[in-house]
This record gives sequence, structure tokens and C-alpha cells, in this order.
Amino acid sequence: MPNARATTVQAADGITVRSVNASPTAETDRNAVLDRFARFLPAAFYYKTFMWPDWHLFEPRIRAMAGLGVVDPDWQPRQVSDQINHHCDVLVVGAGPAGLAAAASAAAAGHSVVLADDRTHPGGSLRHRAGEVDGVEGRAWVEATVARLKGAGQLVLSDTTAFGLYDHHLVALNQRHADGRPDTLWRVRPRRIVLATGAIERPVPFANNDLPGILSADAALSYLRRHGVLVGRDIVVATNNDSAYEPASALAAAGASVTVVDCRRDGAAQAKTGIRVLGGRTIAAARGRNAVQGVQLDDGTTLAADCVLVSGGWTPTVHLFSQAKGKLAWSDQLAAFIPSEAIDGIGVAGAVAGTVSLSDALASGAAASGDFGSSSPALRGTGVEATLGVVSLWPKPKASGRVWIDYQSDVTAKDVELAARENFVSVEHLKRYTTLGMATDQGKTSNLNGLALLADITGRGIPEVGTTTYRPPFTPVPFASLAGSRRGSMHAAVRRLPLEANHRASGGVFQEYGGWLRPAYYGGGEAGASIQEEARQARQSVALFDGSTLGKIEVIGPRAAEFVDFIYYNTMSTLKPGHCRYGFMLSDNGVVFDDGVLVRLDEHRFIVSCSSSHVAAVHARLEEWRQDRFGRDAVYIHNATAQYATLTVSGPNARQVVEALELGAALDDASLPHMAVAAGRFAGDEVRIARVSFTGDRSYEISIRADRAEALWARMQHEGRAFDAVLLGLESLMILRAEKGYIVIGKDTDGTTMPHDLGVAGPRTKRASEFVGRRSLFTEAANSTDRNQLVGLAVREGEAPLATGAHGVEKRDGRRRSIGFVTSSYQSPTLGHPVALALIERGAARHGETIDVQHLGVVRQATVVAPCAFDLEGRRLHA
Amino acid sequence: MQLFPCPFCGPREESEFHHGGEAGNLRPDGAEVTAERWAGYLHMRDNPKGATREIWVHMTCGEFFAMSRDSVNHKVSGSSVLGEAEHGR
Repeated sequence: MPNARATTVQAADGITVRSVNASPTAETDRNAVLDRFARFLPAAFYYKTFMWPDWHLFEPRIRAMAGLGVVDPDWQPRQVSDQINHHCDVLVVGAGPAGLAAAASAAAAGHSVVLADDRTHPGGSLRHRAGEVDGVEGRAWVEATVARLKGAGQLVLSDTTAFGLYDHHLVALNQRHADGRPDTLWRVRPRRIVLATGAIERPVPFANNDLPGILSADAALSYLRRHGVLVGRDIVVATNNDSAYEPASALAAAGASVTVVDCRRDGAAQAKTGIRVLGGRTIAAARGRNAVQGVQLDDGTTLAADCVLVSGGWTPTVHLFSQAKGKLAWSDQLAAFIPSEAIDGIGVAGAVAGTVSLSDALASGAAASGDFGSSSPALRGTGVEATLGVVSLWPKPKASGRVWIDYQSDVTAKDVELAARENFVSVEHLKRYTTLGMATDQGKTSNLNGLALLADITGRGIPEVGTTTYRPPFTPVPFASLAGSRRGSMHAAVRRLPLEANHRASGGVFQEYGGWLRPAYYGGGEAGASIQEEARQARQSVALFDGSTLGKIEVIGPRAAEFVDFIYYNTMSTLKPGHCRYGFMLSDNGVVFDDGVLVRLDEHRFIVSCSSSHVAAVHARLEEWRQDRFGRDAVYIHNATAQYATLTVSGPNARQVVEALELGAALDDASLPHMAVAAGRFAGDEVRIARVSFTGDRSYEISIRADRAEALWARMQHEGRAFDAVLLGLESLMILRAEKGYIVIGKDTDGTTMPHDLGVAGPRTKRASEFVGRRSLFTEAANSTDRNQLVGLAVREGEAPLATGAHGVEKRDGRRRSIGFVTSSYQSPTLGHPVALALIERGAARHGETIDVQHLGVVRQATVVAPCAFDLEGRRLHA
Repeated sequence: MQLFPCPFCGPREESEFHHGGEAGNLRPDGAEVTAERWAGYLHMRDNPKGATREIWVHMTCGEFFAMSRDSVNHKVSGSSVLGEAEHGR
């Protein structure tokens, strides 16, 4: 995992860590030489320098050096991340004193509570700062409170970061596990949210403030009291507030020599046992090379030190509050932005709300539960209460040396000054120009110092400068957690044929077509040859094809006929029961939306057959018009696509094969002519036999319950053997239909194609009743003579097929322009030459004309012909 | 992730819904409708800031319904089955 922050990763046996953006290691970094040229590498150095000739030439080297880390592309999580949806009455984010008080109050009132904290152990500041609650020592109170919550069945989540607060009270949390399991994503939708997210201690600006050995004062106290680690022997503490004095005293008590450099003349009011205080002073610069060795004060005094602690005040962690669109207000007293107006259903408590003392934190916690809190007496902080007394200690312009603002993005005070000088005075522009706050910590320690400096330079107040926008996630979240089970084959799951196993057994090679996994061709031989052979054989004898993906949406009811008339471009109410008709569905903008065959089973019952990849969209459209125009009790719609398998027999010998299936239906052409439907039975199950054809040959589409399709398919293959039947994959079917000029919507049409562009102009001129898209067929654009129209394209004898997507071109005013494009193009094994369909400007009037067709710089000639290239009279449909 | 109230199913997450357009955009019938009126129906939208009334469809149950909500603060004030106003009857 690249770019993890070392201090926030839990140590584990066998963990391997190494530094990034240092080569080979941080101690012997050969890029460190760049440091000496720092003055020549200001903010936006890359933007300005590597623009010419192309940033992408430089990017890989710079990225490697800038330490974005290395991702192993082959990495796979050992198991899928759990994702849990959860509802509760109150979600409390942060298990410090305020959060615990809020959770305890809500739980006492009988509500279900989730308490989440991003640390391993609850308690927040009470784990390392002194405090008593109702006379009980802080840490003991924390343990007792958590035990009481758990005992009452409340959910307490540790190592769990609430990283996003979204609309309507959805909170996303990422839970880490110590046992090596991948992270768990929680989506919690509480009735009330309490944000007790605390505050983060700010750094203090002085030159070289990024040397190893410089850390926040609170961190030093945490190391001491949580882990028993003394961070230094000779410690200088730089501060502008009271909160640094508890760490200072504790470290002194632990045996360190401690000097506090307090910018306030009198230092803190509280006891200062065992420490030296230099009031009214600030640190000008830290000294040292690979680690801090001492500091120089503003008056020139130097102090030796092996550790410098900084405490520049506290920045409330308002991220989640701001994500909820909460307004912030500047507090001079706290030198920070705090939540101002309350948000419905969201309470803030503790340091994020600007409280300082333990008593205030506990009181605000209980209050933040709002209507979900209990009326039991408030908890009291006892003993010495924390004070702050913060004064501003912002970075100043024109300071000497390198004063680091953003430690992660390496932004200095000078970079901020440069940005302001170049007029990037909006805080959002400052961020993007200098990358201030754009590292993995998103400016949690740096932003306020940066914008205070910008305010100073531009002569504005800090509230006037404002903050950048807070967006999720609060901290980086692994993609594995966000993805959950939606990875690999589950990422965009394909729909599968009921007979997939049978097709695979027959050597079917599968591809995805519009969300369906379908056999592209059979036999496993060379693809091109297999496809050609299937298409050739289908014309000679008989072909079997699985068309189960075709939409089958039933339209039933007393107004069904009127309904399909409105839905279709073609008049459908005149269709006789037992027959079917091909037609277009348009959008109201007149563009062809789908095509297919409508079957009329009886007076009030139709089956809409639509494109395989379009079923959901067609179904939604039918529902829309049904509910909006016809009424729910007049028409009923049922999408039966998945209930039925549709198996097709096509070719000159199709009828003999279907007869051999013994379906009990009369198959003679008088009983079952082309575009008619018959009912039959196979092995006790009802089947529907429709004589419709997408190949141009006599075809029978037989629909049967999907779970009974296997036996029928086996029987078809068995009976087909006597006729040298071939299994047809989708690729060879595409050749057969293109030979006939049959279109595929979305392939042979685009977002402008109207029915008269496809040569079906009858209903446009003749229909008197209303239908979807009608008015749009008479707009200026629809009436234009320059429309792209469907045509066939023929190439000279012996030439290869045109490229699909190739443009028809012509010269006009000395310039070459497109006059349309090739939509489908195949070699026809039956005709022995290529066939192509195209949408060409004024195409219908160009039949016989030879046009230029350009693809990848090569121009060829093609003759415009009718779309149908095979069996122009359509005799084979009845043969 | 917003919660929308389907009149048929109750509150469900927004990912289960599709937007169906602004409520009250009535479809004029007939080939003689003026180009302006037809273009208005097809293309012109108010895109209001603040209170809106819209048609949504709950994809899992297929219910088309009218919903009132605020396009700024995303508060949903309610939903109802398609009524006379939406049908233009």
C-alpha cells in the first residue's frame, strides 16, 4: 500500500515498510541534492518548466521522484471486503469524552447507538490527558462507559473511520481489521448523527520546521502515556497556548529537560513544575541536518535540543460537518473555524464544537444527542480543567529560511507568497497552484496556516479568505473496500443464456453482446473461417440459433391495441390475432429507438419483441406511457424475457426439421405463413412457433419455458443431423442479416436516424392517429433532403470488405467533407463478395453513384446500391 | 445517497430510481402542434432552483410517480401517484 502515513498504520508482525519519494532510502536519498536547488524550484515549477514540448515526456520521472508510490498491478485482495448496511437511532462519530457522553446519553434513553472511532482504543484525549469524570479517573471511566454500551447491545466500532457524510443522513465508514481481513465498508443511516470528531493540533511556523525530531506536543504526550515512549531528552516546546503545558510537565516528570518557548509574554497561567519557560519568544529556525539538533530563537538565542514539540493551537475537525453543508464561523477566541448554524438531525460535540474543558466537552456531548438523549443528570469533569488561551501565531510573509506549511506536499511560506504575487488569491486557486492541502492528509495540519498567511499577504481577514471545500473521503479509503463484491466478473455481471453449458459443449466461443454472454461462433477453429462457414452452410441447408436474448414483453388489456398503436410507428391494431408485424418504436424526437416484431396472440394480448440489449429500456418506456397516458387498469405489461428461451430454426430445410420435432402444430404455409404464429407442445410444455426471419430464409422461432429448453435444443440438434444442420453464432447471423439489408438499431442507425431514412415512409404520410415521435417527423430537420439514409455499398470485384466506420467523403469548395459512414461490413460467403450497409447523405437518391470511402487515410471507391444484396424478391422466406 | 419515497414501496435509495422529467410537461398531441410548442415539450426545461416537482420512476417496481423536493438542499417533501395534473386530463 503506497503512501501510507507511518504513524497511523498499526504495527504487525512481518510488516515490511519502506520510505517513498526517497531513492534508495530517506537517509541516503540521492535526490536530496535537489534540496540545494530549492530556490530554483518554486511553486508551479513543473507547470512552468515542463510545458514544452509535452508534459507527458517528463511526467513519469517526476511522478517517480515525487513519491506517489508504486502500485502492484497484480495485487489481489485475499478475500472480498464486506459491505454492511446498517440502521440505528444515533450514530456517534468519535469516542472521546464528548462522543462517549453522547452515546451514553442516547443509550440511556433507550435508543440504538453506533459509536465509531478511528483509533484502536476509545477515549480520545482521555487516554493521555489528565481528567476525571464524576470523580472517576478518565481512562477508567472510558473503559466502564464502553463496557456499559457493549453490555447493552450497542455497537462500538474501533479502527473505524467515518470518511463521508452524504445526503439524507448516510454516513460511510471504513473499518480496519487487525487480523489481516480486508477492510469493511459500513453504510450507516442513523436518525441522528453526533459529530464528536475532535480537533487536530497545528504546527508552528519557523524555518526548517520539517526536520525529523519535530512533532506535535500532543503526539509526544500520547507516546509517553499510551506507549511509554519518551520522545527526547532535551526538549524544546514551541507554543502559543496552554495545552502544551501538560505535555511539557509530563515529559519533565518523566526525566526530560524541557524548555517552553511561549510566544505569549506570561506563558500559561497553570503550574509549570520542572520546566523552563521563555515567554514572549518564538523559534526563528530549527538547526540540524538529518535530525533536529537545536533551535534559534527570534532574539538570536540558541538552544540545543534533540526534540522540538510544536503546539500552534487546535483546528476543529469540521470535515464531516462541512460535508453536510454545515456553515462555519471564525472564532477569534479559539483562532479557528468552528461550526456555526445547527443542521437538522446533526449534533456537534466536544473540541469540534469549540469546547476546551472536559466539563464543557461532556455537557456538549449529552446535549448533542438532542431529542435522542436521556434526561439523567449531566456528567461532570472534575479536577484541573483544560484552558487554551491561544493567541495567533501564523506564518509571516518574508520570513527567512524555508518555513514549511504543508509537510506532505512540500509547500513553504514562500510558495504561498509566490502564488499570491501571481494573483492566485482565491483559496481554491492557492490550493491548486501550490498543491497546499492536496496530499493524503488533505491539509489537516496545514490548511489553516496556509490561508492565514494568504490572508496576511492579501490584507484580508482569515474568515474573508475562507476555507477550501471539504469533500469525502476524510482519509484515503481502499478501493477494495469501496468495491466490495463488485469486482472481477461481478463488476459488471453479464446476463447468461439458459443453454450456455450446451453451447460450450458444442464448442461455442462466447463474447459479450450488449450485456449478454452469447456464442460468437462455434467449433473453436480460426474465428474468421468458422464464421464464414456457418454463414455459408446456413444458406444451403438449415441453421440452429439461440435467440433467447430477444425481448419478450407482454402487453395485455382492453386498451392494448390502442396502446401498441401509440407506441409503434406502424399501425398495429389492424394486425390479426395469430399474426405478427415488424415495426419501429420511435422516441418523441422522431428518432428510431428500437425495432422488432409485434405478435398478436388474441384481441387483447400482444408480445413486444425488442432488441436484446434494449429490453430494460423498452420495458421502462412502455410502463411510462401505460401509467402516464393509458391508465394502469387499461393495460398490463409483463416482461417475460427471462422466462422463455427462443430457439430458431432457419434455412431451406427449416420446415422439415421443425416437423420432425412433432410439436403438434400445422406447419403448412396455409396454416402457418410467413409472419404468423402457432401454438404447439413439446414434451408436455406449451411452445409458441413464430414464422419471423432475421436471416432472410424461412425461419421458425420456437419459444419454450427457459427451464425446459434443453431437451428441445437437444432434439433440434438430433433432427437437424439428417439435414447437415449448422449451429449459428451471433457473428455469422450478422452476415446473414446484412446480406438482406436488415438493420441492427444503434449499429446501422444513429441518434438522428428517422424511419423514413430507413426507407419506411408510409406511416409518416398515411397515419392519422397519434403515435410516439409523430410531430417530430415533420420538423424542418426531418423534412430536409440532406438526411443520412440507409444504403448498401458495393465494392469492385475481388476487393476486400470496406472498414466499418469508414466515411463516405466528397469535395466541396475544395475541402473534403464526410457524407456519412459505413455501419456494417462483411464478406458474404454465399455471394462471394463483400456486403456493406451505410448511412449516406441523400443516399436514397444516389443509387448507382460511385462515392469515395475513406478509412485511415486510404480512399477507396464504392457504389451506392440498395441495402438488400441477396434474394431481392424475398422468395426464400417462403421457400 | 438520497432516500426517495416510492408511493408503492416506501423509502428507497436514489440509485433505484431514474429521473423522468419535470412534472407538468404535458405532451401535446397531433401533427399540427406548432414547432415552438413541440420544441418546448421536447427540450425546454425550467430547471428550478429550490422547490421542484418532478416525475421519477422506481426501477425495481416500475412505479412512475410525482415527487416534490428541493434542488438546493435535497429535502424531499413528499411523493404521490401520478394524478390529473401529470396526465393533463
